[in-house]
Amino acid sequence: MSSEPRSLPADHYLKAGWDLKSWLLTTDHKRIGLLYLMSITLMFAIGSLYAGIVRWNLLVPDGSQMSAEAYNKAFTGHGVVMVFFFLIPSIPATLGNFLIPLMIGAKDLAFPRINLLSWYIYVIGAALTMWALLSGGLETGWTFYTPYSTVFAESNVEVAAIGIFIAGFSSILTGLNFIVTIHKMRAPGLTWFRLPLFVWAHYATSIIQVLGTPVVAITILLVALERIFHFGFFDPNRGGDPILFQHLFWFYSHPAVYIMILPSMGVISEIVTCFSRKRIFGYSFIAMSSLAIAAIGFLVWAHHMYVTGMAVYSAMVFSALTYLVAVPSAIKTFNWTATLFRGSVKWDTPMIYVFCFIGLFLIGGLTGLFLGNLGVDVHLTDTYFVVAHFHYIMVGGAIMGYLGALHFWWPKITGRKYIESWGKVSSLLVFVGFNLTFFPQFVLGYLGMPRRYHAYPEEFQILNVLSTAGATILGFGYLFPFSYLTHSIFRGEPAGDNPWGAKGLEWTTQSPPLTHNFDEIPVVTEEPYDYASPPKEAARG
Amino acid sequence: MTPAFPLAPEQASSVAGEVDALFLFILAVTGLFAIGIWIALFYFAIRYRRRSEDDRPAEIHGSLVLELAWTIIPFLLMSAMFVWGAKVYFHLNRPPDDAMTVSVVGKRWMWKLQHPTGQREINELHVPVGRAVKLVITSEDTIHSFFVPAFRIKKDAVPGRYNMAWFRATKTGRYHLFCAEYCGTEHSKMIGRIVVMEPEEYQVWLAGGPAPESPVLAGEKLFTELNCITCHRPDSAGRGPVLNGIFGRPVALASGERVVADEAYVRESILSPAAKVVAGYQPVMPTYLGQASEEQLIALIAYIESLQVPSEGAPADAPVPSRAKGARSR
Repeated sequence: MSSEPRSLPADHYLKAGWDLKSWLLTTDHKRIGLLYLMSITLMFAIGSLYAGIVRWNLLVPDGSQMSAEAYNKAFTGHGVVMVFFFLIPSIPATLGNFLIPLMIGAKDLAFPRINLLSWYIYVIGAALTMWALLSGGLETGWTFYTPYSTVFAESNVEVAAIGIFIAGFSSILTGLNFIVTIHKMRAPGLTWFRLPLFVWAHYATSIIQVLGTPVVAITILLVALERIFHFGFFDPNRGGDPILFQHLFWFYSHPAVYIMILPSMGVISEIVTCFSRKRIFGYSFIAMSSLAIAAIGFLVWAHHMYVTGMAVYSAMVFSALTYLVAVPSAIKTFNWTATLFRGSVKWDTPMIYVFCFIGLFLIGGLTGLFLGNLGVDVHLTDTYFVVAHFHYIMVGGAIMGYLGALHFWWPKITGRKYIESWGKVSSLLVFVGFNLTFFPQFVLGYLGMPRRYHAYPEEFQILNVLSTAGATILGFGYLFPFSYLTHSIFRGEPAGDNPWGAKGLEWTTQSPPLTHNFDEIPVVTEEPYDYASPPKEAARG
Repeated sequence: MTPAFPLAPEQASSVAGEVDALFLFILAVTGLFAIGIWIALFYFAIRYRRRSEDDRPAEIHGSLVLELAWTIIPFLLMSAMFVWGAKVYFHLNRPPDDAMTVSVVGKRWMWKLQHPTGQREINELHVPVGRAVKLVITSEDTIHSFFVPAFRIKKDAVPGRYNMAWFRATKTGRYHLFCAEYCGTEHSKMIGRIVVMEPEEYQVWLAGGPAPESPVLAGEKLFTELNCITCHRPDSAGRGPVLNGIFGRPVALASGERVVADEAYVRESILSPAAKVVAGYQPVMPTYLGQASEEQLIALIAYIESLQVPSEGAPADAPVPSRAKGARSR
């Protein structure tokens, strides 16, 4: 590796132009990935600010930091922005977009122009929703439960709902594009069971996006229509049923959790093999468990609704299926851990994020067994236990995977290195800050503190102060990568084409890649993760 | 009342111990798994740390035995969690027959409660220790959720529906009552107390204050005021079905189906009479949607529940049969 040239290649996709037009009209999946990266980074910053407001309010029990209206708008803003405009597009739209064609030896996605269109749709949806949030705000919670959202909310529900409806199409189109690309554009010799697990994970994610998103889009649209035209879908006074909304909403929004976590799981499989120089343990079990999660994940939605008064026996069916969907996640965790066995483990920043992911996703997943449990969930649902649980999945899991991925493929995307010691320090800050923020919330929830409370009984204050202190550390943990990664774009040392000695087609081309990715379409002759042999030199265009 | 830094909520109901035992079982199983994986992760990460850049460890493809082991063992353990959880849930959803019924109406942003003897309370519920209390929960506006952490119970108050929950308090004291479903601006102020008293104290408390009108009596008045009595007569000469003795029993419908005449059915029949018409009758009843409030509906249902078939006869010492189930099961 030391023999590789320490300069950026003469020609690459970033040199295709720096003017606005070359970015806004690009059909290069790599540039579109970067457009997404910039957009979701902005949305992440906004969502984090909302989180800061929420934690600031909860420092004191009496709610004297701000009005209840302001607090309700802050937690709604946090949820809406983070879920719909950061977490759902996060890994697929940025790294998935950038990497899938490279990983399968294709020149681009199957539909490059639709890919660009989906970014524009995302931007329009995001802009509309942000306008709703900032001009008057929204206080329905990100879940839009009826009849609160349809009858009682006095805020910009219609505009926000239409914004989310529009953004849904971006997700559908991206999913569709990935499915067709993975089916039709694999390089010669790249059979299904030679695909990187990152691609398998995105395939499963795309299926959920294509099948699930239309349901939530229509449901949210129905909320808007009910407000504007006073239909009675969800209004008991007009023969409607407010619980119907919850069924429709969670039919998508539970699988949506897997949209957020599956791509991260794909990332973990790539990084853990590279940094332990081992073939993945149980390749086909990991690949099939992604599909199993996508399939069973559609059948568990009503576990969010055990206390709505649903029939006891249907609750039992949903609880049983919920336990079933936990099995494939457990299989993945065991296989990643086993991959380290007798490996050659290197503790670089991406790998540290993998350790964080496995350790924290484990807590997130295992606490799901408490909430999937009928007897225990009655006490825990709608308390901070739930808040802690899903943040361990979405932040401890999805965002750790996202940060790991960003660090792992950063040299591929930019051709440059970031400062490794900064990477390590910030991963430590994120880990400590994250646990201090969310672990106390498990205890708070078990003690009985309900979520979405602007003020709370005094006995809960100590744990809330701990949580806010953790959030402060976490905030710094996120600012660090933002600054040193930005720094590396301009000042970073050239990384070489394959700085980690990684396998996978994306590492066989130069860094940053050419606009058309490969000079010659590669032919695949071996299974993935063949770390027993040293990597080949990358070809430079 | 509570230690400065509690890690578990107080146990003050008969089911709290059951729920906590299950909680601890899941905690023990998941805790062991988590610690096992963390130890393996760190042991491998340190033991197999890369010592030279030329390290090329031998390949391991996987192991079918291991895959089966870590699929089947978690599956069996989780099946145990499921069965135990279902059992507890079943218990939480089956109020004992001797329970006294308290009606609960959620309204932004307060809890309105009424005892079987008629006493009304807001955001506070006095109950005797040791007595099972069945809650019939609904809402006047949006969805709320009735949550008492010390009892480990929670149930949504859904407009247009009656949900049931129950508890048997085991310890006197004052316990938090929270609204657990977000309901708007003052959601976090929709809180109150459950005051658990010795039975004698409870009797004293009931006797204090002005003599209340029981829901059954209030319902009887409404039954006349709203002219229900014109058609629903006890002697089967009316245009509507006789209501005496129907409550809790199956009713044959014009559609050929049979439904049990429970709270939800009676409520639906008052608000949308055409939805489930009794066999042998014409759908001529007008809707009372908008004419009766949630609390009036509860009173009407209480009255209809109290209507006994004349031949069975009500106990002589109870001129107005109580809505409490105890009166029937004795």
